[in-house]
Amino acid sequence: MNTTNLISIQQFCTHYKVPITFITALQEYELVEITVTDDEHYLQTNQIYDLEKMIRLHYELHINLEGIDAIYNLLKQVESLQSQVKTLKNKLNSYEDL
Amino acid sequence: MAFIDYYSILGVTKKATEGDIKKAYRKLARKYHPDLNPNDKEAEQKFKEINEANEVLSNPENRKKYDDHGEHWQHAEAYEKAKQQQKQNAQQQTYQGDFGGYSESDFSDFFSATFGGSKAKGGRREAKFRGQDFNAKLELNLEDVYRSHKQTLTVNAKNIRITIPAGVENGQIIKIKGHGGKGVNGGPNGDLYIEFSIRNTTQFRRDGSNLYASVDLDIYKALLGGEITVDTIDGKVKLTVKPETQNGTKVKLTGKGFPKYKKEGQFGDLYVTYTIKMPVNLTAKEKELFTELSKLR
Repeated sequence: MNTTNLISIQQFCTHYKVPITFITALQEYELVEITVTDDEHYLQTNQIYDLEKMIRLHYELHINLEGIDAIYNLLKQVESLQSQVKTLKNKLNSYEDL
Repeated sequence: MAFIDYYSILGVTKKATEGDIKKAYRKLARKYHPDLNPNDKEAEQKFKEINEANEVLSNPENRKKYDDHGEHWQHAEAYEKAKQQQKQNAQQQTYQGDFGGYSESDFSDFFSATFGGSKAKGGRREAKFRGQDFNAKLELNLEDVYRSHKQTLTVNAKNIRITIPAGVENGQIIKIKGHGGKGVNGGPNGDLYIEFSIRNTTQFRRDGSNLYASVDLDIYKALLGGEITVDTIDGKVKLTVKPETQNGTKVKLTGKGFPKYKKEGQFGDLYVTYTIKMPVNLTAKEKELFTELSKLR
């Protein structure tokens, strides 16, 4: 299997100095997806940005996993609302310019 | 450089214990952390301030120095410079990542002058974090984003050549991977986020990839029909006006709108609304003919 876009969990955890249990716990909350191939556990590299956020929330802001789960759902809503606001602002501007 | 009251930033008194400071900092960090306040510049600034305040007040040595010199920190600067001269070859302070994505430049001039520009040392995690994400705003005219083109930008004294895709929206943010700040402790570079501010000085109103325009029509053309030339964003086109066209009639010019973002060769539509202009300053002859016409109905 092509592992170009994957990073082994072991490597990730060593790099970010977090225990592997942290990643498995995130998986239980469906906050991260783990890919298993040849008995090796991997993360998709496109998840790294979100994982870094979760590491900061947990280790720097002392937010537990339930909190991270709730925050992520709310952040998704915030992003969706911000995108809607942007679209509506553009629409409004185009009418105001008339 | 103005004096910064780190105690008031954290909302604690000068008598606050280490525990009080830690508690106040954590509470404010949870409130203003950029991860929890996406695209909120105000929160980001506030977070930098509380981070800086915590760096000073949570470190007993720095706190003492801050308390001793207080608002006379400018004298402290001279004093510290002399002191640093003596210790020139002493250990070099290194910046270690706290909240990933924040660099030394995130500290105020006041902090740099008073504490030598380096972040306080402490028992922090030394994980490798991505570098700071940079944000830039690029102002363009609507016509500029009608076609994809390359443009060179200068971000933090570095020239970056980027492709601006046709059809980019006002307020849209695109990510240029790896062009942000350097990674902390060997982590990957951050990304550059460019927000587009699109000025529309054209006669067209834009809604996504569709364009809207109003075209004036004289009463005779509206009544009898005929051919007119209308402006599109990409030149002029000839349009046939049907006889007895009513005021406010809307016609769609398929594919004459704006390019669809990242869909090469696909365009939105142009909607033209006719505004029928009544003749003014009628001559005696015209009045007579209109009167005659009115009698026929």
